[in-house]
Formats: sequence, C-alpha cells, structure tokens
Amino acid sequence: MSLRERLASGSFAVTAEISPPRGASIGQVTETAGLLRDWVDAVNVTDNQGAHVRLASWSGSLAVLAAGVEPVMQMTCRDRNRIALQSDLLGASALGIRNILVMTGDHPKFGDHPGARPVFDLDSVQLLWTLRTMRDQGVLLSGRRLGPAPECFLGAVENPFAPPVGFRAERLGKKVAAGAQFVQTQFVFDVPAFGRWMAQVRDLGLHERCAILAGVGAVRSRRALDFMRDKVPGVVLPDDVYRRLRAVPEDRTAAEGAGLAAETVQQVAGIPGVAGVHLLVAGNEQAVPGILDAAGIRAGGPGVRTSRGSEAPGGC
Amino acid sequence: MTTASGVPVHPRLGARLAYHVQRALRPHAGFRWLSARIEASDPARALFTGAEHQVKAGLFGCRMCGQCTLPVTGYVCPMGCPKELRNGPCGGVGADGSCEVYPERRCVWVEAYERAASQGRSADLRLLHRPVDHRRWGQSSWLSYWQGRDEGLWTPGAGDPADGQGARR
Repeated sequence: MSLRERLASGSFAVTAEISPPRGASIGQVTETAGLLRDWVDAVNVTDNQGAHVRLASWSGSLAVLAAGVEPVMQMTCRDRNRIALQSDLLGASALGIRNILVMTGDHPKFGDHPGARPVFDLDSVQLLWTLRTMRDQGVLLSGRRLGPAPECFLGAVENPFAPPVGFRAERLGKKVAAGAQFVQTQFVFDVPAFGRWMAQVRDLGLHERCAILAGVGAVRSRRALDFMRDKVPGVVLPDDVYRRLRAVPEDRTAAEGAGLAAETVQQVAGIPGVAGVHLLVAGNEQAVPGILDAAGIRAGGPGVRTSRGSEAPGGC
Repeated sequence: MTTASGVPVHPRLGARLAYHVQRALRPHAGFRWLSARIEASDPARALFTGAEHQVKAGLFGCRMCGQCTLPVTGYVCPMGCPKELRNGPCGGVGADGSCEVYPERRCVWVEAYERAASQGRSADLRLLHRPVDHRRWGQSSWLSYWQGRDEGLWTPGAGDPADGQGARR
C-alpha cells in the first residue's frame, strides 16, 4: 500500500526520516531503509539538512526505492532556483519517486557553508503551487506545456509552535490551497500546544483536504537534548520534558527518550484529525521498531500493521 | 538596485497611518495619466524611481524588488526576510518572535501579523503571492501599481502561479 493509499484508506500512517551520508556511498541509506521497511509506509530523504552538504536527496530516494521502501524526496527552496526545482520534479517522477516534500529550508548561515548564496527563488507555497500546476495542468511556471505531466503526491511541513502561533493553521491553509496533500509537522514535544493547533486546523477543515502527520522525535543523549533546545531553529522543548529527560542517569537518556516518543505517538494518535506520525529519527533509525512497538503499532509490512484509534482523514 | 540578502526592518510608519496613505494613493485616472507621463521620459522615470526608493527605504527598508506587497502585508516588507518569503513565516521563528537569522531583530511576518490584525486586515495574510519576477528589481512599484501591472501579484485562490509573467509558450 502506498503512502497515498494508506492515507486515503484512513488507517494510521507512519513515516520516518533518514539523512544521507556525507560521502559518495549509498550503502548506509540502503541498510537503513531495510531496517525500516516493515515498520513505515514511507521514508523521507532529507535535502542537505540543516544546510550541511550530504548526498543528494534524489540519489538517496532512488536507493530507498531500490530497497523496496517508498521514498519521500525532500526538496528545499534554499539551493535551487525555479528552473532546477521543476527539472528535479520531472527527473524524480520519471524514475518512480512519487512523494515530494516541499519546504523552505534552513538558512545557509546554520550550515557548513555559511558563505553560500541563499537562493530562495521560490518560497514553499510557490513551489507547491508550481509542482501542482505541472502535474494537474501540464504546464511549467513559464506557461510552457510539458508532457507527459509528472505524477506526484505533494507534502508540506509546518511548525505549529513558532510565532505567530495564531497564523500557523492559516499558513498550512495556504499550503493546502497551493497543493499540499499531506503535511509533516515539526517535533511535537508540547502535546497540548499541538492539540490547540489541531483544533484550528479542524476549524478550517484542513484535515479533510490534507493528511496531518505529527512529527515525533526520540532524544538519544543529553547532548542531543541540549542541542535541540538551544540550537535547532523552531523546536520548542517545554521545561517539564527537558527535566524529565535530564532526571534519568545519562546511560538511560536514550531509553527514556524512546519511551517519551512512544507516549507522544499514542497521545497524538488520539487527537481527532491526526492521520499518522512522522518519526524524526535521522541518525537514530534503529529506535523506530522499539518506539512503534511500545506505542502499540505492530510491524508486519505495509498494509498489515494495525492502526491506532485516530479519526480517519479525508481522501487525499 | 540591490539584491543582497534581506534584513528584517521594523517599519517607521505606524500601520494605521500607512493604510490611510494607501487609500490616498489608490489608482485613479489622475495617477494613471501622471504615471504614463513619467514613464514616457527616462529622466523623469529615474527621478521618480529614486524618490520612491528614498521614501520606502527610510520607512520600510525597501530593497526595490519592484513588486510591492506592503498594502497586504501590514506594511511590513517581506523582502526583509533573509529567505525573502512572501507567503508567511518560516518554521524557524524564535519563541520570542525573533528572526532565526538575525535573532536581535523581530521576524517580519510576526510584525506583519500583528500590524494587519491591529487594523482588521488579517485576511490579507491568506492571499497567495506569486513568485517574484527578478527582472523587475530596481523598477518603480508605484508606477506599475498605477498602471495596473501589479494586479496579478497575489490572488485569493490558487489559480495559475505564472499569471502575467515568464516567457509565454
């Protein structure tokens, strides 16, 4: 069952994220995809995450596909202009990569090439809009016809926790209007705040037009905890969560982090309108089976996994 | 003309006053006639464009993208965003509303949201903005506005993202 079909069927979807290596080898991506195969519906491949140079997202996506897992190719607006972005969609679609996740991208300032020219020729809304038009109308942004039109299932990201909080659901609404069919959120550590955002999403009826996947991460060390709280733009880590993960001995931080992630999966699954979870575990993929098992989501391959009691999203 | 990265700028003109000025500057036959006369003369156009830049740079940190969104972004310039986002804030805004790239400055979209809401103009922020036409950097936005060339810059629904720009077929 493809991610699109899973979401359309209304059963609980799981995606996870892998970060390609800084080097010209694909072995690690293939291995990780194999590890996740029976547990997730699709695997995101990041696009030079955090503005750090890594093996290309399209290349990693092809490796994931070859490993028998459906890739979600991430595409940021940071490094390529509208010509390259449209060309990438055609290339991805032609080679069987169907899920495209569009995001603005972290500023180069935060990466390993801070002197790089930031492109940002299109923003994420404009890119979604462009890709949707290529698929549905068979035209480029220039107005020029293309053929055959690409096939794609379009995703977006949103951060429910960043100011202006009152605008975040409407911002998702713009992405849905532009073409987003699913959305993966920033790390959910503050479940009540996520619930308030979901209430706004439901008020706008967005969950019926776009599948909402809550981002859930597993903190695996004290260093990662501090880094996430202080250094990752847009992540909100409430004090009680921080204290809970600091309270255990350092060698138990990873276990506690995985336990917290499993609890979060269960909590967000109970929020009406949530279609699934997106596990933000890049570099810690081996934690996925444990988290899902503890959350009561069983392995067994796509289509066999049992779903938790969340309200079904609309067809996407 | 400038294409260096944006830096968030806090507007020096209050939102209420800005919307009053906007009402006075709406296109009408007089402005259409005047702008056509200005455009017909290279020196007049250069003088006018320079004056527009002076005024808007002083008040809003204008960088002369030539496709002004100010009337629908709470009179906060989105080109001051280091990512030049014209459709709303990125996900990296600090909990205190600060820009992730310039933490000592406030996110332009946080300011736009507050200023638009203060004047009952929140609905403006739902408009979908089409991609920037980079050929228009350095050109006068006021002349384009009065000449009716800016009408496709944004739209309430998601029609054609390419409206009015690009090399047609």
